[in-house]
Amino acid sequence: MRPTLRRAAPQLRSRSFRFPLLAAFALAATAVPSAALAPRAEAGPPITVGFIYVGPKTDYGYNQAHAEGAAALAKLPGVKIREEEKVPETVAVQKTMESMINLDGASLLFPTSFGYFDPHILKEAQKNKKVTFLHCGGLYTEGKHPENVGSYFGYIDEAQYVSGIVAGLTTKSNKLGFVAAKPIPQVLRNINSYTLGARSVNPKATTTVIFTGDWALPVKEAEAANSLIDQGVDVLTSHVDSPKVIVELAERRGAFVTGYHANQSALAPKGYLTGAEWNWGKVYKDYIEWIQAGKSYPHLLRGGLKEGFVKVSPYGKAVSAEAKKKADEAKAKFMAGTMVIYKGPLKDNTGKTVIAAGSEEKQTDVALEKMDYLVEGVVGKTH
Amino acid sequence: MGVGVSMKSGAEMTSASPAVAPVSPGRPQVVGAHRRDGFVAAVRAALASLVVPGAAFTVALILFGIFIALTGHNPLAVYYQMYRGSFGTAFSFQNTLVRAAPLMLTALATALPLRLGLVGLGGEGAMVLGGLGAAATATALGGHGPMAIKTWMLIAGGLVGGGWIALAGALRAYRGVNETISTLLLNYIAIALLNHLVEGPLRDPSSLNKPSTLPIGDDNMIGNLPGIDVHWGLAFGVGACLLTWVLMDRTTFGFAARMVGGNVRAALLNGLPVGRLIVIATFIGGVCAGLAGSIEVAAIHGTANASLITGYGYTGVLVAFLARSNPLAVIPVSLILGGIGASGGLLQRIFDLPDATVNVLQGILFISILFSETFYGQSPRQLWRGLRSFRRGAAG
Repeated sequence: MRPTLRRAAPQLRSRSFRFPLLAAFALAATAVPSAALAPRAEAGPPITVGFIYVGPKTDYGYNQAHAEGAAALAKLPGVKIREEEKVPETVAVQKTMESMINLDGASLLFPTSFGYFDPHILKEAQKNKKVTFLHCGGLYTEGKHPENVGSYFGYIDEAQYVSGIVAGLTTKSNKLGFVAAKPIPQVLRNINSYTLGARSVNPKATTTVIFTGDWALPVKEAEAANSLIDQGVDVLTSHVDSPKVIVELAERRGAFVTGYHANQSALAPKGYLTGAEWNWGKVYKDYIEWIQAGKSYPHLLRGGLKEGFVKVSPYGKAVSAEAKKKADEAKAKFMAGTMVIYKGPLKDNTGKTVIAAGSEEKQTDVALEKMDYLVEGVVGKTH
Repeated sequence: MGVGVSMKSGAEMTSASPAVAPVSPGRPQVVGAHRRDGFVAAVRAALASLVVPGAAFTVALILFGIFIALTGHNPLAVYYQMYRGSFGTAFSFQNTLVRAAPLMLTALATALPLRLGLVGLGGEGAMVLGGLGAAATATALGGHGPMAIKTWMLIAGGLVGGGWIALAGALRAYRGVNETISTLLLNYIAIALLNHLVEGPLRDPSSLNKPSTLPIGDDNMIGNLPGIDVHWGLAFGVGACLLTWVLMDRTTFGFAARMVGGNVRAALLNGLPVGRLIVIATFIGGVCAGLAGSIEVAAIHGTANASLITGYGYTGVLVAFLARSNPLAVIPVSLILGGIGASGGLLQRIFDLPDATVNVLQGILFISILFSETFYGQSPRQLWRGLRSFRRGAAG
């Protein structure tokens, strides 16, 4: 079901446009200190969008990817954005949402951290029925969650698969390194897709994974990267909130690196091969278009390379012609919708068969959302 | 007011009194003058406890204003928005109260041991484990009534937090382990324990990408105070500050504890059970921080997970020092820091200032207030002389 958005924008364009404005002025005149109404009364733009980030928006990572999407929205006519960074997943984010609604007049919010959803967004969505909350993480369940909530996510492991191909054809030691935050399904899926990509072109390649335990632990990430390079790893990648230190460290130690979340090529001009990036600008523009047109919007929105939710960074100088060719071939298959990453026979790294021969799990398969294994070729443990 | 202060003002009183300095021909009525001087000293001490932090606060605001001006903004406009974001509207004030509530509790984890001369930093660990203990208790008591579960969640969280910091207290009292280092390291252990248990044995299998314990259930949430959008943590915070103030300032236990803080050897010579006092004080402080954790779970998250690692414990250390370890002063100081936190978002959104801006203000405030401590017990004339010699020293 796709309910239509009850928003002010379409009404403003209609004949009765003067009345809400007059009412707002009248209210503002009677209740002088009413801070909530002031921005709305003076603002010409029809929609104010609030973006909330869990970390710094210049982190070369998760938050920057969203901030780039926000910047793309800000260029659209009639869209005003308000941003707040480093908001923890506590009652603080509830208050930030309320503040954006009450003091900035925001009617659409993008609280971007995965951990904002339950209980914070759910609680605020109950309280503010006229505001739309769109969350990154794909957690929406119809019937269980409020009508004014949506959730989106991208199949970024497709881009990781392509990165894996480049890494597999660049490595000389056949050892790839993966610095990851936590052994949760989304992270395991990236590690596995990366490894499957690498081994599709170089069966000798292995991926050594180190879990740091949390999303933003720069010191541990640096230690993990150093230790991987010391073990002979010559291509690094990561899944942490900000890959910055890992990319910089790889460059300094002469290793190659593939990026994650955003484009980090500026940090490693020599060693940056390619990377798996989000393309939130496209997703956010789509949402705004639906909402400004007063159309219904999908509550659960997902996509990969084909849908333009994710992209692959431009290839770096060190990428060979063969690697480019193989990577482009895989990309073309993803764009055509014919590529399936997870198909049998597939074994995990303990020798157990996780997908039987002859069966396959497509991107939308819910079984992939519960991934709890590391595929053959990954050196490491899930717990 | 701390022990040190009253001792200083006492010394000043005796030195100024004619009984000690007999060369006072102009004062015939010795007894009356003595009484009057005592009164003057008391008024002066009371004034100092208002004027000194007030002046420090003003100096901090001026310094921060200069900093803001250097970033190219109008300090007055920034201060106005800060006021608007923290106390200016009903919404903002409630925002401030919600942020202040956990700080009151975590601050006590540092403030109480500080009265015994111990510098502990363990509020963060006690809070995290308190929250975990509360969530685990709710799971274990599944099937009981909401009232029982709520009560036991709070008790369990408090006990876990208390035990955790009392561990550092006992190591200090009986093995001589430095409490600052041990509480700091215990924080890391607590966070590692939380992550391990939440991602392993206590994990709700359906919490896929954000490992959490089983939800405690909506019926078992403690909810908001009647009439305002602030949860019950505020009542517990204010209550805990009042109770611990009575304990530390109006009971024999508190007197004994402060004596340990004043001079451990003197306390031992007087036969005070120093070790036991340390363990009890650290335990009570830990109970408060653990309670903060249970309230985070029972009023906000409804489950225990990595979101409990908030840094409230470390901000609590700041609060305890700014409040000069006085539990009553913890309440207004928490409100100020809560207000600064509440206004931080508005500064980002209106002036496009980075999030670290309010940290700069917190830092300046902290240094300024700690520096101002050196001015207690000095008369304005002494102060002036001190400043002059300071200036001369700097010039020479």
